[in-house]
Amino acid sequence: MHEMQQLSTFWFWVAGAAKVIGVFTVVMLAVAYMTLAERRVSGFIQDRLGPNRVGPFGLLQPIADAVKNLIKEETMPGTSSKFYFVLGPMLAIMPAVVTFAVIPIAAPLPTPVGTVDMIVADVPIGILYILALSSLAVYGIVLAGWASNNKYAFLGGLRASAQMISYEVALGLSVIAVLLLAGNVTLTEMVWQQQQMKLWFVFPLSLAFIFFVISALAETNRLPFDMPEAESELITGYHTEYSAMKFSMFFIAEYSHVLTASALMATLFFGGWDIPVWTGDDMFWHEGALIRGFDEAGAPIAATPSVLITLLTLGAFSAKTAFFVLLYIWIRWTLPRFRYDQVMHLGWKVLLPAALGYIVLIAGTMLVLDQLGVPFGLRYGLILTGVSGVTTVAFLFFVDRDRVISGAHGQGSVARIRARAAAAGIRDAHGAQAAPATARSNPASS
Amino acid sequence: MIEVLFVLFAVVALGGAFGVVISKSPVASLLFMVATLASVAGIYVLFEAHFLAAIQVLVYAGAIMVLFLFVIMLLNLGHDYRADLRFGLWSLLAFVVAGLTAGVLAQGFMDVGDTGFREDGAAIAAALDEAAREEGVAGVIAEPLFTDYVVAFELMGLLLLVAIVAAVVLAKPRN
Repeated sequence: MHEMQQLSTFWFWVAGAAKVIGVFTVVMLAVAYMTLAERRVSGFIQDRLGPNRVGPFGLLQPIADAVKNLIKEETMPGTSSKFYFVLGPMLAIMPAVVTFAVIPIAAPLPTPVGTVDMIVADVPIGILYILALSSLAVYGIVLAGWASNNKYAFLGGLRASAQMISYEVALGLSVIAVLLLAGNVTLTEMVWQQQQMKLWFVFPLSLAFIFFVISALAETNRLPFDMPEAESELITGYHTEYSAMKFSMFFIAEYSHVLTASALMATLFFGGWDIPVWTGDDMFWHEGALIRGFDEAGAPIAATPSVLITLLTLGAFSAKTAFFVLLYIWIRWTLPRFRYDQVMHLGWKVLLPAALGYIVLIAGTMLVLDQLGVPFGLRYGLILTGVSGVTTVAFLFFVDRDRVISGAHGQGSVARIRARAAAAGIRDAHGAQAAPATARSNPASS
Repeated sequence: MIEVLFVLFAVVALGGAFGVVISKSPVASLLFMVATLASVAGIYVLFEAHFLAAIQVLVYAGAIMVLFLFVIMLLNLGHDYRADLRFGLWSLLAFVVAGLTAGVLAQGFMDVGDTGFREDGAAIAAALDEAAREEGVAGVIAEPLFTDYVVAFELMGLLLLVAIVAAVVLAKPRN
């Protein structure tokens, strides 16, 4: 079967170049339209229209914005360090555009010259490549803040470095749970293992998913974690002094990170390009052959890749990624910003110990299951789902006791505020005196 | 192709190392250091030590150097560095030590050049390739690390923990 062949070296280079150009173009286009989506969705959330004048439904708005940013005057603050000021946006955008390379976007595509993997670079270190490169993203932000020679920008840069280091730890620990279950660090294998388990990892690793979403929000500096640019405190933080295309660079970098983080959530926890229930799309390179799975005797079953399957899986991947992008936007326009000490508290005193404990729990459960001889599959996944589900509920119950998220300890609960107000004899908005107040009201205040 | 990339990474790594020593601004030194670390990671990739390369960038370039940057900026060393540069006996001693180290390294390389590399090198490389296919790139390192060398590994972790606790104790104001 010639469709099943691996590519020859020449066609490997041709396919590689095509994929680099294709994925880069699509990512940049997606980023442009994410800015529009952000403004439109925020409009809907705030009961207004958002930009809808340029083209049908405002669809040409990103192009208008790009032209505006390209022809605007570039300002260069007189007291800035020129070299680092220009270097900042470059360093910010570089890691943002290359991290998407290791994410598989669809099932392998059959072509006359061989089967093309729908991933730009299937590097053996997979997720570690993304973690390593995104850990470099902070340099751009910190240098921009420092080189601007502006105290607000500088504070933004400092906050960025502290925050991104803190949440990198929690992010890495939440990924470790996935690595334990997948048994490898490459993202193609993670998709394959989820297909083999017939259960997306979000179920057996529910708490890790919650940690990942929270840490990814913090790593991408999005609300409620946008401390580096908190506009009510720091004007716009690290990019206060930037204008025109240099400002756009930071913007593009942020949205690329959001896109990559969304694609990662889809890949690590929601099966990547896997279509749920249907097993016809399961595909993986096993000892030089593309297989669909193993039969009862453990012999590999050959897979039949087709253009239709590739397109369908690409659609599944895009839909999942788009959902998480929307979730990002939704969260941004729903939640208020944390205070800086709350961000640090959440990262170091809640997420870090909880993620460590969760890893021990998952590893222990897996060890017991392996010792009992439970084969890796649906039953294995469901047992883990049970264990993880109980832990998740317990964690959420423990965390949401008005202590972590509300600033003033113990004042977040409406019932408690009412009780306190009643104790102090304060009437509520409806003018009704709360029940126990008359007995215990302070005569001095009434 | 690999030779060209190796020369490129080697030049950047060495140039960066010189830059760290020569540049006058601490921030420039730090960026040169990051360039050196990243280039060494590139060389690791050429040696097919992918895991090492990723960890090098993740831990050194991405975490430790960011902390350095954080400290440099907090202390605002970027504008007054001259007081920190001391010349005299110490710099002389530093040159002597650096020269001796370079001499020892050069001698070591010459010895390798005379006797050649290990004869079973190809067999070891093939075995490593096979192991990487079986267990993934992380497994090749993780397996000996958590079996044969687990005591040393844990002691290393303990050492780091002691250093962190010590730093916290030192930084804490006494009352």
